Amino acid sequence: MPAIFTPKVVTANALLEGDVVYLTEADTWSRTLQEAEVLTDEADAQIRLIDASSRTGEVVGVYLADVTPDQNGPKPAHFREAFRMSGPSNYPHGKQSEAL
Amino acid sequence: MYRYTDFDAAFVAERNAQFRAQVERRIDGSLTEDEFKPLRLMNGLYLQLHAYMLRVAVPYGTLSSAQMRQLAYIAERWDKGYGHFTTRQNIQFNWPTLRDVPDMLDALAEVQMHAIQTSGNTIRNVTADHFAGAAADEIADPRPVAELIRQWSTDHPEFQFLPRKFKIAVTGSPNDRAVTKAHDIGLRMVRNEVGEPGFEVIVGGGLGRTPMIGKVVRDFLPEADLLPYLEAVVSVWNLLGRRDNKYKSRIKITVHEHGIDDIRARVEERFALLRPAFTGVDQQLYAQIKSDFEAPAFADRDTAPFDQAYANDPVFRSWADTNLSAHRAPGHAIAQISLKAHGATPGDATADQMRVMADLAEWFGHDELRVSHEQNIVLPHVHKADLPAVHAALKDAGLATANIGRISDIIACPGMDYCALATARSIPIAQEIATRFDQLKLENEVGDLKIKISGCINACGHHHVGHIGILGLDRAGVENYQITLGGDHTETAAIGQRTGPGFSADEIVPAIERIVDTYLSERDSADEAFIDTFARVGMTPFKTALYGESERKQKAA
Ligand code: HEM
Ligand code: SF4
Repeated sequence: MPAIFTPKVVTANALLEGDVVYLTEADTWSRTLQEAEVLTDEADAQIRLIDASSRTGEVVGVYLADVTPDQNGPKPAHFREAFRMSGPSNYPHGKQSEAL
Repeated sequence: MYRYTDFDAAFVAERNAQFRAQVERRIDGSLTEDEFKPLRLMNGLYLQLHAYMLRVAVPYGTLSSAQMRQLAYIAERWDKGYGHFTTRQNIQFNWPTLRDVPDMLDALAEVQMHAIQTSGNTIRNVTADHFAGAAADEIADPRPVAELIRQWSTDHPEFQFLPRKFKIAVTGSPNDRAVTKAHDIGLRMVRNEVGEPGFEVIVGGGLGRTPMIGKVVRDFLPEADLLPYLEAVVSVWNLLGRRDNKYKSRIKITVHEHGIDDIRARVEERFALLRPAFTGVDQQLYAQIKSDFEAPAFADRDTAPFDQAYANDPVFRSWADTNLSAHRAPGHAIAQISLKAHGATPGDATADQMRVMADLAEWFGHDELRVSHEQNIVLPHVHKADLPAVHAALKDAGLATANIGRISDIIACPGMDYCALATARSIPIAQEIATRFDQLKLENEVGDLKIKISGCINACGHHHVGHIGILGLDRAGVENYQITLGGDHTETAAIGQRTGPGFSADEIVPAIERIVDTYLSERDSADEAFIDTFARVGMTPFKTALYGESERKQKAA
């Protein structure tokens, strides 16, 4: 039986601001994980990754991150991604403050 | 204090102009990230989890008040109003945008500072005791030695392609505050039986993935032999060091694989060949550098204001008891400013706090500040008569925490709150431990106890040499904290021993409490420090306190 593919999103850091961004279905970069395109097929995910990696004028360090799909959009599967989504835990800086 | 020469200033200006152009070319697309990344790293610009980070060098951890004020300005203008002082005796800004960085570098250059990182496999910045030039126990100021080594090794043709990076630390005091035994080479300034100055040379220490305590390769090296001897050590390693495997390339592995006696014999042989080439020019240079580090003129004044405050003000007294150290000049003290307020982020200071510290240095401290590797700020030269005023100003700025060397004076690396390499967080663990022991009002009772926390195996938080070390790991997608006990960062350096299985983020603070309770019940008197009790009673009682209960439970189940 083939291993079950964990759903993924394409993520990176913005070139100018350095903050975390996610690839949307419309090929734009969003600051919010909920708006990210969820990739459920491995071959599809690899192609989206390769295409996104070539956008070096916009982002740095593109990779696929595991997510758990939910009615409200994808949720981070790992705590590292949870921090990237919200910001550091010692100050209300980063995304958690911008969302307000 | 060491000042930029015209050469240094021109070099920094040119580098800044180059980097500004490189940033522009990255933004307009003419440089790819692969091309740009090494350039930005050379200029101290890293990409962390949430943003870029600019790491600013503070050579020998020494800052003037003008430099500290400029750091405050930078924090306010381009960051979120604070800066993070690190165990590498430097400062990091966590929130710059790419476009701002060239302006930040120019602002640094205005006060003779830069973010240039010695990168690559070369001899890195030489570090020295943060009490250099002030400590009562000091034999000689180690900073001129560090500067001599820096000038000699920079651009030395033989040392540009070493097997790996190479770090040297120097201390001029018998009490080692520079962690010399955890460096590739550690130098301790000593005197021989007839009182001549020289060095004890320690080789092969390091932390990280394979922690090792350095070993003495020469117990007395005359001062004038320093550079040829260092060159001999580096060239022996250059020949033997493993280039096939990044994890085995540091000199600590070479020393471990060949044994210290074999290394010593090879070094001495090489040294005999190299020594004649050094005809004394290096010693002239050394004499010249020494004059750049001359001590300020210390005033002879009455210490009555200090004595009165000490007798009458219990808050001042408790601060003086923990945060002051003996100065070599009569009537003076070394004052440490704790950046470890209970519950705050270890090493962080706001722009306002930086300005207060700058003012105090200017008014009362011969215009000098130091950054310690324990992430605190030091006023190295304060007359005791001025300490009540210094303390009052610190109190107003939230900087008078009386906890130097105590359980809440924790070293913590940025961990997963900032660092892209982290496997777990470290800052919140430090915050919770400090808050908990403050609630318990146990700190003074517990006394000298160093907790050091790293968020991954790279060991930036020095956890191996903490009396209690905490290493954050990722165990199947959950933060897990491994504890080591008995580490020592001083002249009696030791690597801590693992207690056993790690603890979850919820369990780690109670686990630390059980360790401290065990110490309090095991110690033979209030004078026996944690590290001494551990040396005497060993791991067993601590293990029982940590795991005894759950083991019994498991057996019962
Ligand atoms: C983005 C932030 C950081 C990154 C990516 C980083 C990365 C690393 C890496 C990869 C190493 C291991 C090098 C080796 O063994 O070859 C290392 C070592 C070290 N780091 Fe960091 N670090 C960061 C922040 C810090 C900070 C904030 C401090 C100070 C608080 C620090 C202090 C150290 C020290 C002292 C070592 C040497 C440990 C040894 O003796 O091997 N680092 N760092
Ligand atoms: S120890 Fe690991 S987590 Fe901590 S700063 Fe170093 S690389 Fe980052």
